[in-house]
Amino acid sequence: MSRIARRRFDALVIGAGGGGLRAALQLSQAEAHVAVVSKVFPTRSHTVAAQGGINAALANVSPDNWHWHMYDTVKGSDYLGDQDAIEYMCRAAARLVVELEHFGVPFSRLDGGRIYQRAFGGQSQNYGGEQASRTCAAADRTGHAMLHALYQQNLKARTHFFDEYFVLDLVMDTDGYCLGAVAIEIETGEPLLIEAKATLLATGGAGRIYRTTTNAHINTGDGMAMALRAGIPLQDMEFVQFHPTGIAGIGILISEGVRGEGGYLINGSGERFMERYAPHAKDLASRDVVARAIYTEVEEGRGCGPKKDHILIKVDHLGEEVIKKRLPGIRELSRRFAGVDPIEGPIPVYPTAHYSMGGIPTNRFGQVVAPVQTGPEEPVPGLYAAGECACVSVHGANRLGGNSLLDIVVFGRAAGNHILEILKEYRYHRPTPNAAVDAVLERLRRWDRKGDGESVDVLRDEMQRLMEKHCGVFRTGKVMAEGIKKLEALARRLPDTVLRDHSRVFNTARIEALELENLMDVALATIHSAAARQESRGAHTRLDFPKRDDMQWLKHTLYNRDGRRLDYKPVRMKPLTVDPFPPKERVY
Amino acid sequence: MDEPLLSDPDDRDFSRLRWRCRRGMLELDLLLGRFVNDHYRELDGAGRAALSRLLDMPDSELLTCLQGQADPADPELLSLVQRLR
Repeated sequence: MSRIARRRFDALVIGAGGGGLRAALQLSQAEAHVAVVSKVFPTRSHTVAAQGGINAALANVSPDNWHWHMYDTVKGSDYLGDQDAIEYMCRAAARLVVELEHFGVPFSRLDGGRIYQRAFGGQSQNYGGEQASRTCAAADRTGHAMLHALYQQNLKARTHFFDEYFVLDLVMDTDGYCLGAVAIEIETGEPLLIEAKATLLATGGAGRIYRTTTNAHINTGDGMAMALRAGIPLQDMEFVQFHPTGIAGIGILISEGVRGEGGYLINGSGERFMERYAPHAKDLASRDVVARAIYTEVEEGRGCGPKKDHILIKVDHLGEEVIKKRLPGIRELSRRFAGVDPIEGPIPVYPTAHYSMGGIPTNRFGQVVAPVQTGPEEPVPGLYAAGECACVSVHGANRLGGNSLLDIVVFGRAAGNHILEILKEYRYHRPTPNAAVDAVLERLRRWDRKGDGESVDVLRDEMQRLMEKHCGVFRTGKVMAEGIKKLEALARRLPDTVLRDHSRVFNTARIEALELENLMDVALATIHSAAARQESRGAHTRLDFPKRDDMQWLKHTLYNRDGRRLDYKPVRMKPLTVDPFPPKERVY
Repeated sequence: MDEPLLSDPDDRDFSRLRWRCRRGMLELDLLLGRFVNDHYRELDGAGRAALSRLLDMPDSELLTCLQGQADPADPELLSLVQRLR
């Protein structure tokens, strides 16, 4: 084996967002020896960007109970969510929110001192009745507050952090056990083998497969791609949540508030086109309707700008005073990122990728499950996943606001607990075969190749544009088939890319190249899964198959990297203790 | 864009700071990344040290400062934040 440094831990957590830190805390508090590896400083993980809040049926503001929360989540998932996992999550929510408060999250409060809860879309009382107020928030910084509190708790519990280490791949043995991972220290470029009896992937989403996304640059689907390369399929990757109005080409959210204040959308000829799509609600129609209208205008050649690739939100008619008073944040974002002061001109917008519902298949204990030998859901020994990189699946085909922060604490903790159980059984590390480590290092050596070749930046830009055009908000078989051809052709060019700089120390171009490999694998998983699903469900909208088809498609997709093979497995329709919620038409 | 040649210590520092501009929020990725790419080489030693300190700030506080809703107490950071705005 190549001689590389090695460290041993009971458990290895890859990713330091809320899911990874919650799992690590569970382990460290039980005195397991835990390492957390993060490519950026832990409190700069994407959890920090979650503003909305975390759902729990505390009933502090409106009557509520976890059954109603469960119903809303199942319905929101368009019945693709696994009802055992959803029940587990909704039942655990109240206790875990109170626990977060004890960890130091400063939740906003009601006058009487109880936790304040706000109303969010998709929340109801009494199974689809009146609006519920279920989302607990720490002002507009809930994710930030959670991440910082969990980080502090981990420091106190003596979790070991490897900050600014980039994980190359999982180390798997021939029996299919996960033995840990190989990471490189970004500072020195040196590889490090981290051996662990259990490894948890908590690397977050993959919004960067799209040109326009709300996701930070770190969200490159690293853990999802590692799972694929380890022979594990990805589940339900066709389900990507889009927000209708992000700043065009950049993705930063322009919230519904702008239209709420009287702003409206116009196309390339200045027409207020929403009147054609939603004569009554117009610009205030629901998210999917607005996204669909924007997409159609651009596709039919009525877009704005030199490439006609976006549309505009007009606000200037509201007047300087109103804009300054009611929309100061949006004005600031527009001036900075679109170069437009909305007092003077309209803001260019386009639908923006926001959240990956799909990911690494797990059960409700966080164990990664795959069709290994006989059953469709056999645990992969030693391997766990939690959070956006995982698919447990509580969000199914569409995630509700406030459920992602809940997902990460519930299943981060559950994975930690399950790992503690197996640590009791496995007292010793399994031996790490040299060949397994060499296979991982080969991925690194490939980028040492010199000479002429294509650039990482060019390929990434092309991939992001292809995904946006061929696997965006609205999809057809024809457009996706063409997209698959083009993306496969692009992926074949990836081995020809070279780096200009081959130094070891802080060579971030090399990290970006490794991230591109990850993005490409996740993009392929997404478009292949989407092309196969011939129905519209949740966030997956097919213009050629506009209806949900429970007879054919009430099932989870499993995409395998080898041969781009697709498998399917049934949705877990049976909750743990309550009656199932059978599929119904989803009407709000 | 020319990739920095990292044998030069100056470029190494540039690369290190550029990586630390990778944040949890897209807004910060863009604001900080652009600034470091365009202006890092104009900064003197004190300016670079201040930038390094600025990047140690938590994401939400940093964004609040860059959007002009708060000012850092440290005058060197304040002057840097004013350039970034």
